[in-house]
Amino acid sequence: MTAAPTTLNRPARKNPTKNLLKTRELGIVLALALLIAYTAIDNSRFLSGQSIRDNLLNTAILAVMATGQAIVVITRNIDLSVGSVLGISAFTVATMMSSNPGLPMIVAILVGLAVGAVAGLVNGVLVRFGKVPALVVTLGTLYIYRGITYSWAGGSQVNADELPRHFLTFANDSLLGIPWLVLIALVVVGAGSLMMRNYKVGRELYAMGSSPAAAELAGIKVARNLLTAFVLSGALAGLAGVLYAARFGTVDAAAGSGYELNVVAAVVVGGVAVFGGSGTVWGAALGALLLTVIGSALAVLDINQFWQQAIVGALIILAICADRLVAVRIARSLRKRDAHV
Amino acid sequence: MSDTLTKSATPTRTGKGNLRSKLTGWDTIIGVLTVLVLIIASFAVDNFGTSRNFTFMVLDLLPIILIALPMTMIIVTGEIDLSVASTLGLTSSMMGWLWNQGLSIETIIPLCVVIGAVCGVVNGFLITGLGLPSLAVTIGTLALYRGLAFVVLGDGAVADFPWNYTGWVTGTLGGGAVPNVLILIVVLALIFGIVQHATPFGRSLYAIGANAQAAHFSGIRVARTKFWLYVVSGAIAGLVGVLWTLRYSSARADNGSGLELAVVAAVLLGGVSIFGGKGSLPGVLAGVVLLTALQNALRLEDVSGQALNIVTGSLLVLSVLLPNITTAVRGNWHRRRLRQAAR
Repeated sequence: MTAAPTTLNRPARKNPTKNLLKTRELGIVLALALLIAYTAIDNSRFLSGQSIRDNLLNTAILAVMATGQAIVVITRNIDLSVGSVLGISAFTVATMMSSNPGLPMIVAILVGLAVGAVAGLVNGVLVRFGKVPALVVTLGTLYIYRGITYSWAGGSQVNADELPRHFLTFANDSLLGIPWLVLIALVVVGAGSLMMRNYKVGRELYAMGSSPAAAELAGIKVARNLLTAFVLSGALAGLAGVLYAARFGTVDAAAGSGYELNVVAAVVVGGVAVFGGSGTVWGAALGALLLTVIGSALAVLDINQFWQQAIVGALIILAICADRLVAVRIARSLRKRDAHV
Repeated sequence: MSDTLTKSATPTRTGKGNLRSKLTGWDTIIGVLTVLVLIIASFAVDNFGTSRNFTFMVLDLLPIILIALPMTMIIVTGEIDLSVASTLGLTSSMMGWLWNQGLSIETIIPLCVVIGAVCGVVNGFLITGLGLPSLAVTIGTLALYRGLAFVVLGDGAVADFPWNYTGWVTGTLGGGAVPNVLILIVVLALIFGIVQHATPFGRSLYAIGANAQAAHFSGIRVARTKFWLYVVSGAIAGLVGVLWTLRYSSARADNGSGLELAVVAAVLLGGVSIFGGKGSLPGVLAGVVLLTALQNALRLEDVSGQALNIVTGSLLVLSVLLPNITTAVRGNWHRRRLRQAAR
């Protein structure tokens, strides 16, 4: 481990892997820039402060969840339960705030994080110690968490007029002109990116995704790291639940149904390979931004809203094709390099 | 893995082990559980055993069980198809659109099955032709096909389908106790069951799921097999789209949304391994019947269907967790015995 940097330093600079992966996120940025430019030429109001603000607010919740999902997917797992975790957290927090209007916002956020973390911990324990594949566990808990929310809430819902004012205005309040919601999303994405790029646990998560068996043999604390990944994903979905409740005001048991597919879509479009080991958190956040901007651009361009989902689907497939192309090219260049040696 | 190793190492015990594993296997457990639920429900729940309720149950069963047939094969080969419910929605939309164009229903129905098959061809090409991961591809086509369904029909509905067709789907054989669609279910289940469990093709699916590379080197056409599975899966989803539309007499773009997760849950609950290579169709059929019967009985008892999600989810997790625990316990026991023997 310690000897590796010295031997790898030089080839790493010329390593095509790095450059190609960089172009992967560059691709999303370019697509985003093209889309925004085209839409703005058609209708300049698309670049107005209000429009940008709306887009960022709409991205915030998705980006927070995409951060957690990206971390889990990088370890070659998946968390399909995030939509249900959002639901249970949103309903818990909304119920709590409506019966205790005096509680400050930070308590709501902490409770949301805690509810999500517990849900994520259950997922992680089942995946690691129950040896149940993540797809099965989180598909199961998708149903279980949603079912718990339904049997608790029944048909009832928490309305905006039952919630304290400071809770509802939180979504629109801003610090230095940036809405709190966006600020939180930025902090989450930034911290997630930093953790995955620069910290030991992050690098270990990548190693686990590249080759679970090799990571275990290399002495990486696989169990602890996997639990961390799932707890983070759950906690962030819980946080997204608080943001959801604050932004929309009305929360029922169905809150966040089907979000898991949007989140996975954002992560895949953002360049995180479903087989783990590659991709970045900020790429996933860009994916979330791109999906949101597509939605609003369609409205501005006066294209039938119904095209949105089809375009998202086509984009996901395009993104996977691009990943495949990159992987094939890397494999080829690696083979060539090996041939010279 | 360790299971196959121990089996080949001690061939004399294979027969006994087989019987025991058959008796304690998940297939058997889920089968017994299903029968128990059916018996208890028909005694304890009013109206559960009536022929009217039976028809409703079969109709509820229909989409999940039909889509589960090819899904079982796909998951046995180690792949997955999450786009089935969207294919269903797209064919439902197309059915409404074509009907509005004035085509006859006799032309529309086969056309819709073909449309479903084409959706499967796209999946199959992306997965086997380009070598993309099926999970990601079918999440993509899940969004794509559902999106196209909305593009075709918007959020409107087409409802004026001919009565003799909608009546056939919801009707019973000669007005008796056997629903018409039950015959369809039985015929298709028999065909899929025979293909999966009594033909070389069916065995090759397990070989692919256990080790695709080894299967390839043994002369199995892995890519072609998977490709056709996706085509069949799409065609069946198309057929279910037609049946769904006729049952509710309503072609809508959002028909069947979320059904893919219910189907995958039922297949996994039936004891099929998500990693491929393991599982049987009878187990899956029992899984589907169990889920539907539970849902039906609880609905008759006025329990919210959504609360049943807890049961579905728990069963799904347990279906994988329990065998793992028993294997671990058995492994411990085996090791202890070996240690004692060594002493």
